[in-house]
Amino acid sequence: MKPLCEKYAAKMAAQGLTAADGPDSALIGGLDAQLVWNRDDSRCRELAKVFAGLSINSLVFARPAEPYATIIDFLAARYPEIIRPEDTETRTFLHDIPVSRDFTAEAIVAALKKRKAVIIPGQGIVSYGTVSPEQGFVFFSSTVFACFVLFFSDYMTAARRGDIDKDYRAAFEAVVAQLPEPRTEPPALATEPLDSEDAILAAMAEAGRAVVSYGLVDSFFGNLSWRDKDTVYISQTGSSLDELEGCIDPCPMDNSTTHGLTASSELSAHEDVYRRADVRCILHGHPKFSVIMSMDCDKPDCELRGQCHVKCRECRTMDGIPIVPGEVGTGPTGLCNTLPPAVASSGAAIVHGHGLFTSGARDFNDAFKTLLAVENRARALYFERLHSLL
Amino acid sequence: MSQTTFGWTGKVLLIDLATQEMAAQYPAPALYKKFIGGKGLAGYYLRPYCTLETTEPDLPVLVFTGPLNGTIAPTSGRGTIMSRSPLTGAICDASVGGKLATQLKRAGWDGLVITGISRAPVGIEIVNDDVRIVETDLWGETCDVVFDRLEGDTPSAVSVATIGPAAENGASIASVMADHHHAAGRGGLGLVWAQKNLKYISIRGTGKTRVHDMAALKEAREEILRLTAASPALLGQHGFSCWGTGSIFDLMDSRRMMPTDNFSKTRFPDAPRLNAAAYQRTYKPKRHGCKGCHILCKKVAPDGRAMPEFETMSHFTALIGNTDMDLVMQANDLCNRLGMDTISAGATLACYREITGEDFTPRTLLKTLYDMGSGGFLGKGSLDFAESCRQSHRSMSVKGMELSAYDPRGAYGMSLAYAMSTRGGCHLRAYPVSHEILRKPVATDRFTFSGKARIVKIAEDANAVVDSLTACKFTFFAASLEEYAKAFTAVTGVPASAHELLETGERIYYNERIMNAANGFDACDDDLPPRFFTEPGTSGGGIEINPLDREEFLNARKNYYAIRGLDEEGRPTRDKARELGLETDAEGEA
Repeated sequence: MKPLCEKYAAKMAAQGLTAADGPDSALIGGLDAQLVWNRDDSRCRELAKVFAGLSINSLVFARPAEPYATIIDFLAARYPEIIRPEDTETRTFLHDIPVSRDFTAEAIVAALKKRKAVIIPGQGIVSYGTVSPEQGFVFFSSTVFACFVLFFSDYMTAARRGDIDKDYRAAFEAVVAQLPEPRTEPPALATEPLDSEDAILAAMAEAGRAVVSYGLVDSFFGNLSWRDKDTVYISQTGSSLDELEGCIDPCPMDNSTTHGLTASSELSAHEDVYRRADVRCILHGHPKFSVIMSMDCDKPDCELRGQCHVKCRECRTMDGIPIVPGEVGTGPTGLCNTLPPAVASSGAAIVHGHGLFTSGARDFNDAFKTLLAVENRARALYFERLHSLL
Repeated sequence: MSQTTFGWTGKVLLIDLATQEMAAQYPAPALYKKFIGGKGLAGYYLRPYCTLETTEPDLPVLVFTGPLNGTIAPTSGRGTIMSRSPLTGAICDASVGGKLATQLKRAGWDGLVITGISRAPVGIEIVNDDVRIVETDLWGETCDVVFDRLEGDTPSAVSVATIGPAAENGASIASVMADHHHAAGRGGLGLVWAQKNLKYISIRGTGKTRVHDMAALKEAREEILRLTAASPALLGQHGFSCWGTGSIFDLMDSRRMMPTDNFSKTRFPDAPRLNAAAYQRTYKPKRHGCKGCHILCKKVAPDGRAMPEFETMSHFTALIGNTDMDLVMQANDLCNRLGMDTISAGATLACYREITGEDFTPRTLLKTLYDMGSGGFLGKGSLDFAESCRQSHRSMSVKGMELSAYDPRGAYGMSLAYAMSTRGGCHLRAYPVSHEILRKPVATDRFTFSGKARIVKIAEDANAVVDSLTACKFTFFAASLEEYAKAFTAVTGVPASAHELLETGERIYYNERIMNAANGFDACDDDLPPRFFTEPGTSGGGIEINPLDREEFLNARKNYYAIRGLDEEGRPTRDKARELGLETDAEGEA
């Protein structure tokens, strides 16, 4: 278990979620017959008691890196019991995020009996796994993502109402000052021809690593695919885009096999895009400002408020990029119904509260450039819109 | 239970087939909270009699529902049939689909406790509170005939569960079939019915399950549906909903863990032309499912025959060297009509083939199956046959129950789960395939025992809860107890978190270990056939399928015992039993 604990602690640091070392770096415990930690820390004694109160095999605790720490502390003060973000990751997996005041095993157990992660203001986030420390890493990462999106979304909403209070303004300015500079130069990814399966798989793994390293997706969300004749190569469900070696499924478009059983939940949407448009590849990330902008709406009294993610009837765009409703996967309200025509016609589309899909006509360079450009434009547009409201 | 009971009906029906006496019992609310329903409550009722032979009248057959049956909670149509297994001597519960549990609940009963031996073959006919024991002339008829006769003109309003000739003729691998296509397949539960002269149960219910908080239940339902829609394995275009459980077939082939030639190999060269897609092209099946399920993983051919489940597809081809898809359809249909477990039947054929060296022709395959269900010696299962040949090591079974279609050398958690399973070689107690192959909730390394002991223990507890609520284990590829705890509380009004339900699951599973220990089961039985430790599987394509490391396996088992609160021989301890509130009559304690 210890190597797994160490792996995910390193991953959290690499993704900028926590410090790489010191007291604010991730503390991860794994339990089979014996409890092991990735590092020594005086807080291990209290956290070890959490294992006695829950049927779990791993625990993740860390104070997030800035600006996330400021964000979660602010939201925990504003929503002292439960934080309810409205992005897709929260709606689908977290449901909501409890807040606990005490760093005690008793308080942590009480919160984690009901939910996958808990915020302890001034201390950090605690999450757990029943199968692998990876679950705790994913829940930690999703909590950070959801809080980031809620923090910026709420601020824009308050600006629309004209009632930004002093504390929010101060926190917002502190957070914005700590945002990393946007990256504008795309990486040089593999170019055509990708004339063998090995070349395709390598190009996909390379593109996946680039999406993660540019901060355009968190934890194991997002996916990507490549079409080669009548086969779609797609990342597996729950695979980390920076570790795609061995995690790509070849799926014949004629449905002659069911190898896609472990493929991304968005396989149907990818395939439909390929049927509608002459493109070679698709990238899907969860870039934060694209998600925030997809949820920004100037109709506060709309009768569909709260159901925008499945029922919005407006033809919304962000700088010409379609914004479509749709839930993860299939089903009558699934994004498999709404996304493909939008991507096929525009080369990119944002799914409300969820993430951004882009296609590449030749290779992943095209798709990546669009992904990066749309996210940077979303970030710029957020602040332009905010300034126009202030 | 009071009139304000939600979720449960508060009534259990005791039926004595010998005296034809019946009595309603009203369990205390605390008992429901302690064991939930389904598998949990059935285990509670079984324990005082668990050491009785299956031929003894006081050994009960339990048929139980759970609090979610009859509600809008997704996949809540399943129920439990439980008794002691004539195949293994261990406890045996089966999660049965169709609409049996829903109709029983709607008839106003949380469960049936059936004891005694009838003088003549009978059926139990339930219409709400009106329960009759009826002599029947259906003894000897195949299951399909029983369904057609008893369903009448309103098949949707009645549920029928029946045994077939295999049980009547003494097959230890006899199943109970429900509503044509759904089996309580494993462990020979059908034989226990036959030993009581019980041919069938038919149930018509018109009541409704009372729900404490419908708004909260709808919210939980929406969360569960959202998660299942996001699951490639369930509602994805290659998932169970589109292709049935057979959609795993290609993965088992590509992961090199398809049991072949009685588990002597793990790759079957003909697999690609015998996959789910091939069946779909050939038979064009329609979707069918249990009551209350939106996934509809069951597939039915236009001629009314059930399509084979994944395990049947695999065991009737790779395991026995058959490449004829239509022969699989015929064999599956024959087993369903005779009322015989396809997994044990296929594995017993494979054992026979290896020991005798005789390949099957289409004619001999079907004839052998027919003989199994007609009192032939192979109907006692592979271990009985292998022992009679003094080659017990060629029976690919745990505790006498044949292994299903996942080779344990290709998924180490699965190997531990097979060995620890309280009912024998069953894949569904912990189902590590979920994370070792299907990547849910996250992927784990399938070639390591590291961490697997606790994972298996937690999953066993979780699945014990699922089988007690009741719900379908497949849903948990996507949802978790977090969402189902919400549904449980919404239905019953009993506050419960996911982890509190897991504590109940631990109690339910430990109760089974206590019963097995009372029947003499210990570490010697928590083991795999020696083949898996000495022979490699079929390596290739960059995947090495090595023999399991015996020392690592034993260490993982030792860890499991420590985590489960068992002694070093795998027996329950008095302290743990007391901690879980199971100390009363703990015959099985060390």
